[in-house]
Amino acid sequence: MKKRCVGMLLAGGEGKRLGLLTKNLAKPAVPFGGKYRIIDFTLSNCSNSGIHTVGVLTQYSPLVLNKHIGIGKPWDLDRQEDGATILSPYTAKKGGSWYQGTADAIYQNIHYIDQYDPEYVLVISGDHIYQMNYEELIQHHEEKQSDATISVIEVPWEEASRFGILNTHDNLEIYEFDEKPAKPKNNLASMGIYLFNWKTLREYLVADAESDTSDHDFGKDVIPAMLNDEKRMFAYRFEGYWKDVGTIQSYWEANMDLLEEDLSVSLNNKEWRTYSQDTNYPPQFLDENAVVENSLINSGSWISGTVKNSILFECIDVGAQSLVSESILHPNVKIGKGCTVKRAIVMENVDIPDNTVIDGTTEEEPVVINRDYVEQLT
Amino acid sequence: MRRLMGLINLEHEHDFLEELTYFRCGAATPFAGRYRLIDFTLSNMVKTEIEEVAVFTNKKYRSLMDHVGTGSDWELARRHGGLFILPPDWNDPTDISRGDLRHFHNNRDYFNRSKADHVLISGSQFLANTNYEEMFNHHVKSGADVTLLTVHLDDELPEHKSQLRVTADNGRVTQLTNDQNNKEAFTNVYIIKKDVLMDLVDECIAFHKDHFFFHGIKENLDKLHVESYQYNGYAMFVNSIESFFRHNMKLLSPDAYRRLFFDNSYVRTKISNEPPVKYRETADVKNSLLANGCVIDGDVSGSVLFRGVKVQKGATVKNSIIMQRCTIEEGVHLENVILDKDVKISGGQTFIGSSEKPFIVAKRKVI
Repeated sequence: MKKRCVGMLLAGGEGKRLGLLTKNLAKPAVPFGGKYRIIDFTLSNCSNSGIHTVGVLTQYSPLVLNKHIGIGKPWDLDRQEDGATILSPYTAKKGGSWYQGTADAIYQNIHYIDQYDPEYVLVISGDHIYQMNYEELIQHHEEKQSDATISVIEVPWEEASRFGILNTHDNLEIYEFDEKPAKPKNNLASMGIYLFNWKTLREYLVADAESDTSDHDFGKDVIPAMLNDEKRMFAYRFEGYWKDVGTIQSYWEANMDLLEEDLSVSLNNKEWRTYSQDTNYPPQFLDENAVVENSLINSGSWISGTVKNSILFECIDVGAQSLVSESILHPNVKIGKGCTVKRAIVMENVDIPDNTVIDGTTEEEPVVINRDYVEQLT
Repeated sequence: MRRLMGLINLEHEHDFLEELTYFRCGAATPFAGRYRLIDFTLSNMVKTEIEEVAVFTNKKYRSLMDHVGTGSDWELARRHGGLFILPPDWNDPTDISRGDLRHFHNNRDYFNRSKADHVLISGSQFLANTNYEEMFNHHVKSGADVTLLTVHLDDELPEHKSQLRVTADNGRVTQLTNDQNNKEAFTNVYIIKKDVLMDLVDECIAFHKDHFFFHGIKENLDKLHVESYQYNGYAMFVNSIESFFRHNMKLLSPDAYRRLFFDNSYVRTKISNEPPVKYRETADVKNSLLANGCVIDGDVSGSVLFRGVKVQKGATVKNSIIMQRCTIEEGVHLENVILDKDVKISGGQTFIGSSEKPFIVAKRKVI
């Protein structure tokens, strides 16, 4: 059952900086873009790139995520020999433990990868928004006869110190990895997308697991160790939209970015579809007083008020004389009559009573509204 | 044991929808933004926990088969039972059956293999969002051979003309007539005991009959115990372009929309994976139904837009039905128009029909 490339999708992160949004679910399962969950972008990339062997590593609050992925049907990953496999921490004869870090998560699933005897292993994260053809990364890797290839994106120099920066020669060969450098020498940031020759990676994972001092992390431990041994490591330059939705602000921005027309991430791209679990709700209804501008709205929604620059998931009600702007409304949010909701993220199943005013425009980050917040109002 | 199996019998349904049914059967006609007519009865069956459904179809079924596929979007892709599309494939040299009896005769296996002892039979032109649980309870409790689902007609509309009228005495049907003064109309949905069905099929074939319901049931009202059961929810018959257009438009009233789609659990249809509707800066949409995948820059009012419709800047769509993936270019003005799938109306043109006779553009036309 040999496969050329196995994808290992890291989806166990808690996403602490997303606050309430990840209170009950893993970061990759956070609703995104009016219909999707964050992980849909990477899963769709796998499917569209012809990677049909995908291990999804879960750990933190996996219930919603597990149900969402299921047997991988929306991404055509329901397959007989491979497809999507959920890999949660487990115990065995010799005991077991939680995943200690990104590298440890892969290490503990060496037997999963070995059964496919792959040439390459692609390590990706379930919390980034981007559309990328991994096949091009693999080709770049082959051309450079690389041991490891890291996908990079050019970031503005003034922001480079917020990222993991790869210092490269002119031919894109990596000679140094600089995590959040105070004085960056380069502006190529790692996107957390790694392609390894499995044979090589396997040795490093085993060695890393035996080290007591390691944090078992790709960026901190495995990549530096490989660089130290002067393995052939190249950067692959990705040109397109990429966003790490690590904070409330960046989550909100990434959603708003979908409303822009000139980004290379598009939900309407027929050549590069974004797949998700679909629902079977009726078409959306806009009544005589509805005003909707520059927004995305999903099915089952009923709009009687005004919606501007916002993202509305399925089964939303916006009552008459209400205004929703610069906001993200998660599934089944009901906004009463005469409300104002500005720059807010309203979580699933929250009912906003009539005449409520929520204004996040003066806050540092958009306000996140859950049921507790609404109960305190009344 | 009380168990129900389903049958959607399309044999006697005519291709009533002019251009819309040139290349598809009536049951596969798009309706209400994202559905096909057959979705309503199919969903109702699934909601009644019917686990096997057969479809008798005799022509233009490519589009229908493409739509229902394996039945998985209705949870009818089953290891046992599930969905059976049964086109005419008739190889029995001794077969003397005619009309829809040929379907029954050549698909006896479907009925014989099932453990169900009652069959729910329906067409595709009666649309409601319900389940048949209560009707089935009534059928079993009354010990009837056949139970007919009826509706009370508050207003007599053209589409009701072809529906049989039911006269019942204390629930027991005594007459099926064409008397337009009788407001109790048959919906073409009925439940019948399986063994009674099979006996009547044999009898009809022996007497060279060609219409199971007319000859098997209507002509045997005195011999059979036939009950009537009234449905009171939101319902309609769609059997002409005029009724098709009117019932789509009626869903733009909030009350009708709520009653059809939200009074019961959702009507299922084929899943498409389209993104949410994109409304751009210049969009002006009022009083309309839109399915996912639409991208709107122009003005839309009083209209039903199916999946993936593009309305460009400065275009106006008024009181119209626009089916999947149509593109309305800049400056186009449409009023009382039905565009079938994949139509492209290029810049600046105007098409105006009337609500009684909407202007119809056939599939894949570029104008």
